[in-house]
Amino acid sequence: MSLENRVTEIIVNKLGVRAEEVSAEANFQTDLGADSLDLVELMMDFEDSFKLKISDEDSSSLKSVGDVIKYLKAHGVEE
Amino acid sequence: MKRQAFITGTGHAVPEAILTNADLEKMVDTSDEWITTRTGIKTRHITDSNTATSDLATTAAARAMEAAGWKPEDVQALFIATVTPDHAFPATACLVADRLGLSRVPAWDFAAGCSGFVYGLIQARAFVESGIFDRILVIGAECLTKITNWKDRASCVLFGDGAGAAAISSQGPGGLLGGYHWGSDGAISDLLVQAAGGSRNPATHETVEAGMHYIAMNGSETFKHAVRAMRESCLLALEMDGTDKSDVDLLISHQANYRIIDATARALELPPEKVYVNIDRYGNTSSASIPIALDEAMRRGIITPPKTVVLAAFGAGLTWAGIIVKWNG
Repeated sequence: MSLENRVTEIIVNKLGVRAEEVSAEANFQTDLGADSLDLVELMMDFEDSFKLKISDEDSSSLKSVGDVIKYLKAHGVEE
Repeated sequence: MKRQAFITGTGHAVPEAILTNADLEKMVDTSDEWITTRTGIKTRHITDSNTATSDLATTAAARAMEAAGWKPEDVQALFIATVTPDHAFPATACLVADRLGLSRVPAWDFAAGCSGFVYGLIQARAFVESGIFDRILVIGAECLTKITNWKDRASCVLFGDGAGAAAISSQGPGGLLGGYHWGSDGAISDLLVQAAGGSRNPATHETVEAGMHYIAMNGSETFKHAVRAMRESCLLALEMDGTDKSDVDLLISHQANYRIIDATARALELPPEKVYVNIDRYGNTSSASIPIALDEAMRRGIITPPKTVVLAAFGAGLTWAGIIVKWNG
């Protein structure tokens, strides 16, 4: 599964949104309806799935799906 | 025969006055909707200026003694988990022991944040199994609203006051204290802290003006560690107990935030009817939350034997703890 698809799957499971809604531009809070605690749980799911640590400061800069994909690639997560 | 420890009576006490989300809407910039969706809290009980932790603890302990059928002379030790003692010293436990009419028994406080009551049960198990005591009162009691910053909209909506107690005996029948897991990580102690009032920052005019005597919390980081610590505590306690998660009848977790309770329940694959929740009525009462919930579940007939119950908590320290309690038929 591609990195994009894995990220989409995690977001769909956590936020209960449809996969079509999870575009790269989609903002977690304004487009996908996440609140602050959903975001914390989402970051935990990314940490667990991709075996990395996302700091509090980094988390706050990850506002869209595309931000997360870019971040994961920059931190050595393979396609 | 190997000595074992049983919960043979429980009790709780909360102050009468209730603070609702609507009340809080008038005090800080918040809303019932915001508080409910992020925490699950609707109301919390708050003490008046004449009531302290020992008052709640005494009532809760007296009820636990009554449930266990104990007279004052039966109790051999009493300890209280609290982060809001009446005084730094003497220990609140000494005041409570005196008011219960206990005869000069060992009595002491200890602090393990919101994990305190489960830490207390693990200590009680060790004291009973080693033969040091046969009958112990374990109490979790707090007046968190006395150290709540009512100007901090993120934290002031969370806390409430209350106390809960359990009578622990070497003689059943009762809830057998089984497998457990406990731990701490002081490297992240700054996530949840009352900064002043101790020897690091003694009370001064400046510490009071800077609000350093209030609870300060990094909510999102604490949430993250809480979810993981609760999950690990439950699973490792079950493993030590030799019990499969599919055999769990009830989860009573520390009532800090509904979303943390829910995440813990999901880790144990438990349906909502196997999860005890009363955070909506009491908010976060720290070390008192589990014994209050346990006593309610006992008195409502939810824990009718045979039942396997998981108690799990996390809190300032950070600390975490889980224990399996089995009421056998």
